[in-house]
Amino acid sequence: MNRYYWILGAFAALVILLAVGLNLNPREVPSPLVGKPAPAFKLAVLGKEGQTMSPEDMKGKVWLLNVWASWCVSCRQEHPVLVDFSRRGSGTPIVGLNYKELRGDGSIDMRRIAPDQEVPLALQRANGWLSEHGDPYQLTVMDIDGRVGIDYGVYGVPETYVIDKAGIIRMKHTGPISPQILSDKILPLVAELNK
Amino acid sequence: MIFARVLFFALSLLSTAVFASAANEAALAEDPVAEKRLQALSKELRCLVCQNETIADSNAELAVDLRREIRGMIRDGRSDADILDFMVTRYGDFVLYRPPVKAITLLLWGGPLMLLLVGIIAMRSYLKRRGIQVAANDKPLSAEEAQRAQSLLKEVDQK
Repeated sequence: MNRYYWILGAFAALVILLAVGLNLNPREVPSPLVGKPAPAFKLAVLGKEGQTMSPEDMKGKVWLLNVWASWCVSCRQEHPVLVDFSRRGSGTPIVGLNYKELRGDGSIDMRRIAPDQEVPLALQRANGWLSEHGDPYQLTVMDIDGRVGIDYGVYGVPETYVIDKAGIIRMKHTGPISPQILSDKILPLVAELNK
Repeated sequence: MIFARVLFFALSLLSTAVFASAANEAALAEDPVAEKRLQALSKELRCLVCQNETIADSNAELAVDLRREIRGMIRDGRSDADILDFMVTRYGDFVLYRPPVKAITLLLWGGPLMLLLVGIIAMRSYLKRRGIQVAANDKPLSAEEAQRAQSLLKEVDQK
């Protein structure tokens, strides 16, 4: 009789293992970039012709890098949270990284867009979206071809990075930021990094 | 509900297969050696958007970008190890379909072997116990039993 208990126990352990495994979110891939310096870039700033921005410029500040695009549906969901966050005047700058404004939009056939038309059209669309939904960003940079996104390991917009005063990525969040994630995870981390 | 899901899954499989082959054929131009390396490398890499497809099979935007990126690195003469490293520093070990042997992946790599060993040990001890049991019950037939067996066999023969 005893050995049946043993088998039952082993089976129960397997069931628990599988139950835990199936309840993990496979979308939450731990980023190897946490604890590493934010990858460098130099991108054009939206709405300020001729101006570029790079992470170097933010040295000495704790800041958020938020990856967004006008075609990204979940961005619409998190956007009010960001707008509210910036309105409260916490002093934490959010930099927007507009990711593949045109190329990422499945409904656009890039073959129909002349190469010299791509950037102006992307700027226009990004601007339009921000004036419609509110602009929480200190500034937005344009990653037209998604190369910077690759350096940051972006695989599902929206994504948000918390970067410390020394330019080290301290946290990455994939998916929309809910008020709860903001207050439970991001704000405490920002407060600690600002100490 | 489940039927709808299965149907959706089947359709999405079908459509990705059709698109993927089209995309790959288009890419199989110019340099056949480089394309072969690209194919081999992209088969080792997971597409993070679809997760259960390789970059070679997937037609997701990101997979297309990453194939372009790999093609660029091949053109620049970077080694395969270099290219895989490029992916791992950005997306983590998760991009590799064959995760490296490390402390945290030990169970993953060693687990099946461990299960096999446990199975072999369990089977051996079972067979041993059973052997003892069989040996204990295995005594010659008594005269009466032997006679009964004989008559039963005869009955069968006559039929």
